[in-house]
Amino acid sequence: MAKQINLTIDGMPVTVDEGTTILQAAKKLNIHIPTLCYHDDLCVAGNCRVCVVEMKGSRTLPASCAMPVAEGMEIMTNTIKVRTARKHIIDLLLSEHNAKCTTCYKNGNCELQELAAEYKISEPMFIDLVPHKNYQMDAYSPSIIKDDSKCIRCQRCVRTCEELQHVSALGVAYKGDKMKISTFFENPMFEVVCTNCGQCVNRCPTGALVERNYVDEVWQAIFDPDKHVVVQTAPAVRVALGEALGMKPGEIVTGKMVTALKRLGFDSVLDTDFSADLTIMEEGFELLGRLKKALVDKDPSVKLPMATSCSPGWIKFIEHTYPEYLDNLSTCKSPQQMFGALAKTYYAQKRNIDPAKVVSVSIMPCTAKKFEADRPEMRSSGYKDVDFVLTTRELAIMIKQAGIEFNALPESHYDSIMGASTGAAVIFGATGGVMEAALRTAYEVVTGREVPFNGLNITPVRGMDGVREAAIKIEGTKPEWKFLEGAELKTVVAHGLTNAKKVMDAVRDGRASWHFIEIMACPGGCIGGGGQPIPTNEEIRKKRAEAIYREDAGMPIRKSHENPEVVAIYKEFLHEPNSHKSHELLHTHYKPRQRY
Amino acid sequence: MSNNFLRRVDLIFDKDCDFKQVLQSAYKRNNDEIINELLESGLKGRGGAGFPTALKWKFTSEQPDPEKYVVCNADEGEPGTFKDREILFQVPLKVFGGMAICAKVIGAKEGFIYLRGEYRFLLKELENQLEIFHAILDDLKIPFRIKIVMGSGAYICGEESALFESMEGDRGEPRNKPPYPTVSGFRKKPTVINNVETLVYAFMIFRYGARKFKELGTADSRGSKVFSISGDTPKPGIYELELGMTVDQFVQEFGDGDTKAVQVGGASGFCVPRKKFKDTIIGFEGVPTGGSMMLFNSSRSMYNVLHNYLEFFEEESCGQCTPCRVGCQQLKLGIEAVKRGEKHATYLEQLQKLAQTMKITAKCGLGQSVANSFFSIVENFKEEMIY
Repeated sequence: MAKQINLTIDGMPVTVDEGTTILQAAKKLNIHIPTLCYHDDLCVAGNCRVCVVEMKGSRTLPASCAMPVAEGMEIMTNTIKVRTARKHIIDLLLSEHNAKCTTCYKNGNCELQELAAEYKISEPMFIDLVPHKNYQMDAYSPSIIKDDSKCIRCQRCVRTCEELQHVSALGVAYKGDKMKISTFFENPMFEVVCTNCGQCVNRCPTGALVERNYVDEVWQAIFDPDKHVVVQTAPAVRVALGEALGMKPGEIVTGKMVTALKRLGFDSVLDTDFSADLTIMEEGFELLGRLKKALVDKDPSVKLPMATSCSPGWIKFIEHTYPEYLDNLSTCKSPQQMFGALAKTYYAQKRNIDPAKVVSVSIMPCTAKKFEADRPEMRSSGYKDVDFVLTTRELAIMIKQAGIEFNALPESHYDSIMGASTGAAVIFGATGGVMEAALRTAYEVVTGREVPFNGLNITPVRGMDGVREAAIKIEGTKPEWKFLEGAELKTVVAHGLTNAKKVMDAVRDGRASWHFIEIMACPGGCIGGGGQPIPTNEEIRKKRAEAIYREDAGMPIRKSHENPEVVAIYKEFLHEPNSHKSHELLHTHYKPRQRY
Repeated sequence: MSNNFLRRVDLIFDKDCDFKQVLQSAYKRNNDEIINELLESGLKGRGGAGFPTALKWKFTSEQPDPEKYVVCNADEGEPGTFKDREILFQVPLKVFGGMAICAKVIGAKEGFIYLRGEYRFLLKELENQLEIFHAILDDLKIPFRIKIVMGSGAYICGEESALFESMEGDRGEPRNKPPYPTVSGFRKKPTVINNVETLVYAFMIFRYGARKFKELGTADSRGSKVFSISGDTPKPGIYELELGMTVDQFVQEFGDGDTKAVQVGGASGFCVPRKKFKDTIIGFEGVPTGGSMMLFNSSRSMYNVLHNYLEFFEEESCGQCTPCRVGCQQLKLGIEAVKRGEKHATYLEQLQKLAQTMKITAKCGLGQSVANSFFSIVENFKEEMIY
């Protein structure tokens, strides 16, 4: 047990572990100290100075986020000295911030705005610095817009990009009054190693980093009588959307969301779950095919371990960072893009609609999906497979704009075709979910029996540890899979690109014996995606993940290969996994990119 | 010297010193003796902050970590100081010697000199001197080596924790404290970081003994100090003087007969106006200084002086913490606006309050000390700020 430290905060005694900060100790006493640069997910910076407190015997006011407790310490969090200092600091931040709140995308969801309100900042105390700078907005990326004029230099984004993602696309440039958050050679975000994961957007306390939003474009399409607008919703959206509409984290809002989408005017409300199940079929058979080539045909060109390809942030990361391992990626498109390709082919045919009139919209927990939809490879239907990608946050905006009282909505079901779901598809939203879904199907394909885990819950691949390994022994195979008899299928799951790097370094250095790797770019997987409601922290992500597994447990069908619409599409259209048609529509290739 | 009160001394530039003998005799003593001798001398850090040198060494020596470092801060960047340059030029071996004694006390095998980017011209000669020094160490069987690390010209890198960041190859930004360098410094290891001058004095204390040093100066400011004297003076240059003089005594010696203010301690120091010359002691009981003494005569605009300092801080702030990054810009723009009549003179009071906030909330000494010159100039020369 750690050494116990006694101190008082605002006259109240508290005992905490050695190494605790004043901020954490104050939380224990339910004393709220305002913060800006501090974030639960990140290392302590101590640079905004909003959280300063008075400490008896100290000439200066220490930053409570960075100051460890000491025996006998006497802390005052609300004195005139503290209030004056905090007000000054907030005033200073406002003076360098382009405070055009009414026209700001983050209006109403801005930590600086909240602080200004809390401290009743009225007339600006200091000179507006914005006109003294030559700010230029970086609006070239299809995913993320960076507006330095709104940046308050808290460096949350820099720490996110470095610590959580090991990307470091964003860094600090220059010093003094010219200090800013910038990229390699100040190139636009579009041209650097940025993976578009949007984790910086999730943690930016102001409107300096936001997603490029396509709300107006989607409204245009909806109200265009010539267009047939289909919408797909990713698994992770249904367990997070509620947060952006006033609910607590962990609420499952699938049915309400479907109703809302119908009311918004989408012609067909469909589910990415359908194509997630399809991904399992394609990817599962691809893995089994690779194993067969390696074990039976002894083909040395087969690339193992095979890695998942659902996460576009991960894809761009590997293209930049480990381009020599692109052939290890599954050739499967992500569920979003499989859906897009089918929306303008299979769906259009079945519904007898001119594919040129189909507008395909996706609701994603993700900002990288916007970039993915724009990739030139993603046009195998002959059109842009996915026309517009909206984040969970953008959908919430549309629901509010339409005057819908979300809480009061009745529940409804997805339309058909391409609206059927399974538990296996839903868990795509949490880290480890693709692996679990794949194992549920692959094991059963090979042995004819269900995976030997209680209630199909493959718990070793669940959870929030950064890297999780699991092995499953294959016994009692069907005759055609006899070569796998007795084999142990070794898997690994990682989330957050810093953890992806650990896995890939192990592969590169020959320290790995895995067959199958699942990587999601974002912490917690898609439930912690860059397009999800703000704020985020591990507690919130855990609640979303719990909701995902609750949703899975409650589904009548929990295995991808049993999805009736998946069975149907193979019968009617694709014929079999990895068929010629599948390859044409559902598979892709990747391109090496430079590190700089 | 003509003035009876000013005592010019020569403790450190004395070339007549048997370097090897001093080092050898110091190494024969045990660590407690060394620390006690240093403590007895009353030597305080010569960089400006004035932390007792003996305690820094003691705290670091008490750390259990087997890997420790001694670092010489030669990033002499304070406007108006140029004495470390002279020390490194004239008596580099004594600086190395101070580091070697410190290394013995704390148990360091490696030392570093962080040399100001603008002092690259000293590098070659310093390296030659290091070769001589290392040969002497080998001769005495002392397992210690010094390397020189070049800075790149940022003022903030003189701040000790920013200096470590810079040495480690990162952006020169101050760290959160605690932990202090004695616990976690270079490479997060216990580190003594001393100014060039401090190390020389430490070395010389082991030549002359603590008593000789202690006899000089006052109770709070023992010994002598090297001053860099510039501005409106007929005899600018570097002088080693006993501590404890008043500004008045100083001005009588170095002024041009028309001195209206002395900036003691550089841009981050204090401005002493004529009316306070007699009551102000140069030292830790009055105005402390890292050695920079700038004299201004009546032809100078104190507005321009302050503006120049603020411009300097605005550029040299590392930019990470709000009070310093934005505060410096606001102070500069603020006095400009008052001068131009765009803001009422009372805005100066608002700016003084801001400076007070910077003093108590900035992350490091840079942002905290901007208030020193701001207050002392604005308070004493208010008319010059407005009209």
